[in-house]
Amino acid sequence: MNLFNVLTDRPVDPESAAAKFIADTKHEETHDRLVWGMRMHRDEAARQIPGWEELRELASQIKEHTLTHLDQYLEQFEQNAIAHGVHVHWALDAAEHNDIVLSIFQKHNVKRVIKSKSMLQEECGMAAALETQGIEVRESDLGERIQQLAHERPSHIVVPAIHQLRTDVAALFAKNLATDEQNSDPHYLTEAMRNDARPALLHADAGMTGANFAIAETGGIVICTNEGNADIGVTVPDLQVCSIGIEKLVPRSADLGVMLRLLSRSALGTPMTQYTTHLHRPRPGTRIHFILVDNKRSDRLASPDFWHALKCIRCGACMNTCPVYRRSGGLSYQATYSGPIGVILDPGFDHTKYRELPYHSTLCGSCSEVCPVRIDIADQIYKWRRVIADEGLLPLAKRAGMAVMGETLSHTEAFHGAEAVAIKAIEQLPGVVFNNPLNPWTKHRDMPNPPKQTFHQWYQKNRGSE
Amino acid sequence: MNPQQIARTTILNAVRKALPTQKIDLPAVPVEQKHLGATGGFGYRGNLSSLEKIEGAPQPGESLTPYFERQLARMGGRSLTINTAAEIPDKVRELFPAARRICSVIPEMSDAKPLSQATSSRSLADVDVAVVRSHLGVAEAGAVWLTDLDLIVPALGVLTQHLVVLLDPKDIVPTLHEAYGGIIPFDKYPYGVFMAGPSATGDIEGVIIHGAQGARTLTVFLLAT
Repeated sequence: MNLFNVLTDRPVDPESAAAKFIADTKHEETHDRLVWGMRMHRDEAARQIPGWEELRELASQIKEHTLTHLDQYLEQFEQNAIAHGVHVHWALDAAEHNDIVLSIFQKHNVKRVIKSKSMLQEECGMAAALETQGIEVRESDLGERIQQLAHERPSHIVVPAIHQLRTDVAALFAKNLATDEQNSDPHYLTEAMRNDARPALLHADAGMTGANFAIAETGGIVICTNEGNADIGVTVPDLQVCSIGIEKLVPRSADLGVMLRLLSRSALGTPMTQYTTHLHRPRPGTRIHFILVDNKRSDRLASPDFWHALKCIRCGACMNTCPVYRRSGGLSYQATYSGPIGVILDPGFDHTKYRELPYHSTLCGSCSEVCPVRIDIADQIYKWRRVIADEGLLPLAKRAGMAVMGETLSHTEAFHGAEAVAIKAIEQLPGVVFNNPLNPWTKHRDMPNPPKQTFHQWYQKNRGSE
Repeated sequence: MNPQQIARTTILNAVRKALPTQKIDLPAVPVEQKHLGATGGFGYRGNLSSLEKIEGAPQPGESLTPYFERQLARMGGRSLTINTAAEIPDKVRELFPAARRICSVIPEMSDAKPLSQATSSRSLADVDVAVVRSHLGVAEAGAVWLTDLDLIVPALGVLTQHLVVLLDPKDIVPTLHEAYGGIIPFDKYPYGVFMAGPSATGDIEGVIIHGAQGARTLTVFLLAT
């Protein structure tokens, strides 16, 4: 089962992947409607909070402060966690993270693991790595479990299976859980999953989670879920392993008041996630392991242009508002992180492989407007395009087009000439010349009717003497 | 050095070297706690968490309870006002007539099989209704705070099919700012959770369904003590 092109270095091709998703109108329409619905709920929730903009600014400052003093807070967090009897590990990269997890599980003879959603563990390709070692890893979040059964990666940070129709889920469950294929009622399907998951949740040898926040002052972590699945993972098995990206630190408990007021409102429009779980020390007879993971986060911190992306609290608001994400679906990004935040995070892991992603955007800036921690997402997308271009990584078609365009735009006469020629050409050539597969502009629309004259010609005629 | 120590040193050195040169100050998070222990009113006047401008939210001096109840209902929970502790057992049976195993950890309702910290989590898999007490509610989120001390066995709160939580209205604070502003000594508890309504999912075409994994219903009994 290899889902992902994680293992290959071939550049991803979001355009072709999106075309497949768009080919089915029902998927595209439903996805757009549901995701935009979350954005609308977010707006409503934001309006309910009188100091919403101050809150965003405060959250941004807290994260920027933490990141500019990150070494101190990491040490403080570690010290407090160890004092509470938690085992703390450090992992430089994904492979080291997975090795640490494996060694903990081997030491305690763990065969069955239940995990709640963790983008970091996803980023590390952890589940696949553990499964090759004979450890069964079961997703406990419903959407994440749907994706696991479908052998797909999550398509959205908050609602991983949002691109699937209920009929898709019904077909998937019929195959895997012996449900009635004709019954696509979400209540029926959710109940089937609950009943199927329960024995696995009760008899797992270990529970795994990520962390939404790690508090330096208290040495504990906070995990936000709506299903309570992380709570089952941290209260039922006697062993817990939590993977924590080093950027998840906040200095104080008081900072949670700011972050948690923003998180779920920005994500789904609810005042808070149904479960906000705080894990600080092992209960008698149990063990907790925290793994602090770098995996290129310190590289990003070193970049004056891109370190602000480390402020991200993973709410998904930027995805919900993005016109490209909404139409093309999260899987089209072919990466751990999708949507606008993915467009700026993924190239940080491998900018050759993800060189197309910064072009999977309209640069409309809506993502920056909704970001609860005020990340300059749209600016970073633009800056990534520059990095890609400067390193000569532009795809051939874009490079050739840009070269001609650059030449043309830098010579006034050539530009006006080209403009007039283009208009004449559109007028006189049959539609098939333009509406053909070689012209990506006309894949989903016809060329517009050309104007009678160029703006330059009109200006010369009407205002030329001014 | 073992590989772990090498990783630790390498990461911390890399972070130190990478730290942005312009340092950002840690902003203060405005919070007041004078409403605590007050009866049925809130005295918070700071701008940031002021509820006054929110439509339908309580004005200074008014009770936070109706707002808490409305937010809880929005999250899929429900609330009932209970006049005396003696009503609790009958009320629980009235709400959950089909319940076979009811597990109470509050003195107001005795339990035939009392829990202790030694009770295994897995033995709670067949609990139909659990009755517990919370010492902190947050009005803006309709949330109740529960810890190991309140739950005795933490898994009780998520393995039970239905959860009933006792809450004194005077333990409700306006927003999360107050809740996180020093009221709770988080690091004293192995486990603590804010629950805002029951388990919920919107994972299949955005249809909100309660009882995805944890408790199917959450009922708050408001009881002044």
